[in-house]
Amino acid sequence: MTATHDEGLRVAAVRSAFLSRFRPRGAVWLAAPAVLVLLVVLAYPLGIVVWRSFTDPTVGVDNYVWFFQSAVNRTVLQRTFVVAAWVTLVSLICAYPYAYAMTIVGKNVRLALILCVLVPFWLSGVVRTLAWVILLQDSGVINSILRGLGLSPVKLIRTLPGVVIGMTQVLLPFMILPIYSVMKGIDTRLLQAARSLGAKPWKAFLQIYVPLSLPGVYAGAIIVFILSLGFYITPALLGGPRSILLSSLVQNQVLSLLNWGRGGAMGVVLLVATFVLLALAAPLMRQKHASSRREA
Amino acid sequence: MPSFSRIFLGLFCLLVAILLLAPTLVVIPMSFNGNKSLAFPPVGFSWQWYENFFSNPDWTTSFSNSLIVALIVAVVATVIGTLAAFGVTRAAARTGGLLRALLITPMVVPGVVLAIGIYAVYLDTHLVGTVTGFVLAHTMLAIPFVLIAVQASLEVFDRRLETAASSLGAGRLTVFRTVTLPLILPGVLSGALFAFITSFDEIIVALFITSPYLKTLPVQIYSSITRDADPTVAAVGTLLFIATSLIIIAGLLLGMRRGRT
Repeated sequence: MTATHDEGLRVAAVRSAFLSRFRPRGAVWLAAPAVLVLLVVLAYPLGIVVWRSFTDPTVGVDNYVWFFQSAVNRTVLQRTFVVAAWVTLVSLICAYPYAYAMTIVGKNVRLALILCVLVPFWLSGVVRTLAWVILLQDSGVINSILRGLGLSPVKLIRTLPGVVIGMTQVLLPFMILPIYSVMKGIDTRLLQAARSLGAKPWKAFLQIYVPLSLPGVYAGAIIVFILSLGFYITPALLGGPRSILLSSLVQNQVLSLLNWGRGGAMGVVLLVATFVLLALAAPLMRQKHASSRREA
Repeated sequence: MPSFSRIFLGLFCLLVAILLLAPTLVVIPMSFNGNKSLAFPPVGFSWQWYENFFSNPDWTTSFSNSLIVALIVAVVATVIGTLAAFGVTRAAARTGGLLRALLITPMVVPGVVLAIGIYAVYLDTHLVGTVTGFVLAHTMLAIPFVLIAVQASLEVFDRRLETAASSLGAGRLTVFRTVTLPLILPGVLSGALFAFITSFDEIIVALFITSPYLKTLPVQIYSSITRDADPTVAAVGTLLFIATSLIIIAGLLLGMRRGRT
């Protein structure tokens, strides 16, 4: 009895040693179906976009020359980056104090604050944009409130500020959550230590707390900026002819003008901008991992 | 002075919370509007937009299309994404990291660029306006969410439990079915929920690969918004909001009960 049991254990030990030695190589193959899906519906389509931008209608860089020579395109490209920067800035201004408050309040208030961040996700994305049309339109909620306060109404719908407000609301959770997750891990005794050594509360906050929270700020800012660059539905519904962003221009070239080459070139510019930004931000993200490991 | 800055912080957070909740607060009353208008505040009270949603074939078929596509995507993406999560967690650290970066790229690629590429491929392969086309595209978009959710569960999963089970003679499949899967189930389920929502709510790719014969709900909502001021959209939004709330509350209650036992 014991002999067979021992033998069984020995076999199992040999087998698990065998498995653990060979599993790393074998495990990678479990991701094969996912990689296949990505090749077929992500890499291949993007490849076609790049290919057409260089070959449709003629082989060469004509489409890119056209893109960068046209004043309209340059304006739209610049506007896309400016809007993304505004959305990132406004989100950061809203998110930083909010995330900080989440770390200092009691359990129940924190739950309420977290719910306020998550509830917007429960409303369908397109419906949320419709809600902003209702809020921002000339006879909308915001202008009614302004009129009620005796102020003059502001033109918000079909303007850039309107687009920025709508996009900020949609993207704000992507700023709040990373900042909160970093702030949660900050040891507040460091602030007490600084204060006990004579630092003013504000100075302690700025010199100790803010630098420690920066990894979360970087992560949130890069996510919001990148998602803003590719935004399509919100600018299309809230914006007007003077607030067109690059995504709408791409859509217009392909669906309305059937110009795949030019649309493709614009798409490639957007894609390259996104990945260059990601590559630039990668070191900042890595810093986050390093610091969290140091804490652990 | 600190109390002053605390009050200021509280007021500021209240404003941010209002900003976050404003769309929801506007859509729900609008869905009971008595008039066919999107002017706020709504006038009168009626259920007509809900009736319209349930009786108008444009809305009911697009709703069932979305439901079918999202259910298939939830199953397919969860299986593929869970397998990938195992691959990423259990491969050598370097390979795993690279693989993970590769598999979450759909989250950062600008939607319109992806949409025109997929549209080009689908035009050549006659996949425009087909369930297969929608399922393929949405599965690709949903895989990152499943991967992240399952990977989070796998990272806290104690692999010695698997070793223990296999040392007691269980085969690899038995170990997976009776030990690993039950323990990572919360991650797998939340991955499936994310996959469902990703597909159900997806609009940009859908706008390109849709056809008059196969419209999903977001496409129907979008075309309704751009065509006229129809409060049916608000009714749909409210219904989806209630459905999502119920699912999430059910999930939380289930999780709490699990945690207690």
